Amino acid sequence: MGSLQLKSVRKSFGPVDVLKGIDLDVADGEFVIFVGPSGCGKSTLLRIIAGLDDATSGNILIDGAEVGAVPPARRGIAMVFQSYALYPHLSVKDNMGLGLKQAGAPKAEIEARTKKASSMLSLEKYLDRRPAELSGGQRQRVAIGRAIVREPKLFLFDEPLSNLDAALRVNTRLEIARLHRELKATMIYVTHDQVEAMTLADKIVVLDGGVIQQVGSPMELYNKPANLFVAGFIGSPAMNFIDASRLGRSDATTIGIRPEHMALSRESGEWSGRIVHVEHLGADTIVYLDSDKAGLLTVRLFGEHHYEPDEIVHATANAGQLHRFGVDGKVIR
Amino acid sequence: MSKARTSLSRTAFVHAALIAYTLIAVFPVFLTIINSFKNRNAIFRNPMQVPTPATFDLVGYHTVLGQGDFALYFQNSLIVTIVSIFLVLLFGAMAAFALSEYRFRGNTLMGLYLALGIMIPIRLGTVAILQGMVATGLVNTLTALILVYTAQGLPLAVFILSEFMRTVSDDLKNAGRIDGLSEYSIFFRLVLPLVRPAMATVAVFTMIPIWNDLWFPLILAPGEANKTVTLGSQIFIGQFVTNWNAVLAALSLAILPVLVLYLAFSRQLIRGITSGAVK
Repeated sequence: MGSLQLKSVRKSFGPVDVLKGIDLDVADGEFVIFVGPSGCGKSTLLRIIAGLDDATSGNILIDGAEVGAVPPARRGIAMVFQSYALYPHLSVKDNMGLGLKQAGAPKAEIEARTKKASSMLSLEKYLDRRPAELSGGQRQRVAIGRAIVREPKLFLFDEPLSNLDAALRVNTRLEIARLHRELKATMIYVTHDQVEAMTLADKIVVLDGGVIQQVGSPMELYNKPANLFVAGFIGSPAMNFIDASRLGRSDATTIGIRPEHMALSRESGEWSGRIVHVEHLGADTIVYLDSDKAGLLTVRLFGEHHYEPDEIVHATANAGQLHRFGVDGKVIR
Repeated sequence: MSKARTSLSRTAFVHAALIAYTLIAVFPVFLTIINSFKNRNAIFRNPMQVPTPATFDLVGYHTVLGQGDFALYFQNSLIVTIVSIFLVLLFGAMAAFALSEYRFRGNTLMGLYLALGIMIPIRLGTVAILQGMVATGLVNTLTALILVYTAQGLPLAVFILSEFMRTVSDDLKNAGRIDGLSEYSIFFRLVLPLVRPAMATVAVFTMIPIWNDLWFPLILAPGEANKTVTLGSQIFIGQFVTNWNAVLAALSLAILPVLVLYLAFSRQLIRGITSGAVK
């Protein structure tokens, strides 16, 4: 249980097309992440899956059954929101149990499931508190607990970590990954943060302009981006794009090379240039240089390196790690 | 900048202004109350003086309470005010929820239409209202007053509450939908508790004009059994002789229930007014 199919799902708000035909298959137990810049339609797509918005056209199937006309409560889904969305006047326990209570489940079952979910998230101590008496991280755990209690076919996460600070974000990320392993449930997760996408997903769906740009495992997207958008979006710092004609190449329009796939030398190399800025991060050193031939380049070196601005250095791309893109922005293989 | 903000003269000026305003606002109330405890001569000879043992007199209260019907007048006023507030809050909140929550054609137009009543005084329609009440046989009933006051209070209620309901998180309502709450449960159990401060604000703004109104009770329900306090006190004001003791005592008594209701709402009210100003 827990598969999802989207068949040419479209959504328009008046004259604006937000989603322009989305086709997607999610298998049972998969962790799928929708990622893209803001306004790409990823949250709208999630809301359509949840049933909070209606698609303008297209079909949504959960476990093979069309759910287009089914209200959210009966789609077998649970959703975790960015703003936690806990009921302020209910205790943690009642927050988690409300969905089951509305569905008419017996008291003992609600009790048992709430207990199980709260022990999974170590929330036992807080069951009688109100949301206002909890910290941000605890509130988000309660929100996740509320989803677990429903034992849904599909978990939907709408940027659940965006309101947490950096340290909590890492912890909660690990927690979500652990839950996915334990529950073996299908999860669909929306984020604009590519680190979350890369670390959590079995499958990443990159969206831009209401269109799926590429679907694949994190490493597929990293190693074999299908087009300029995916190449630029996945990976940090972003891939360098060089106008192929400046390099005297006629087999592509744009050449892409990741910052970590280049070597830097003071003596000799393919592209020489002046260093504009250096960022020392300890584990990495990121060098920005303005080269005559290739324009502004970002080079990521591992470990500590002592370069200074205004030095003249030479960068060389690792052989076999260049990406070639055609006129239409698609990759040439 | 921060120095100017905390300077003594500035603080003193602000406090002086606020104290002056408080005095101006409270003075008539104070004057009414002290004079209600004095005998007739003292009221006219020394209106500003607080009651002394020599001038202290409860004759006003005796007259008012001795008239017997005053308890009824109070009851009428309370029924009209409380039922009207309840209806204004209920229907106002429902309309506001619909306007702020659902997208439908003509949403903005509908909002403007419902708010139009803030600008047009309901008294302009008195003749038509009276004709309507006569036609429906509601003249001389409290129902007539309640209907008119509900209509009078709704525009402001819809206007204020819809602004507030826009600030209630969409995620919360959606979480409710996913948990299987009906739209009515979402309205009553999630949204209403969150806009309680705004409801209190609306309640106070609605309550005071209703309690104090003389116009509609005089026109729509002048019968003895349906008089409100404001109308009831009028019997002491004659064309040639006015029983000031009784008038002042009646007014002093009339302040009490409003004061109690106000205190009940005021804790929420302050939050309502300030949060309305900031957001």
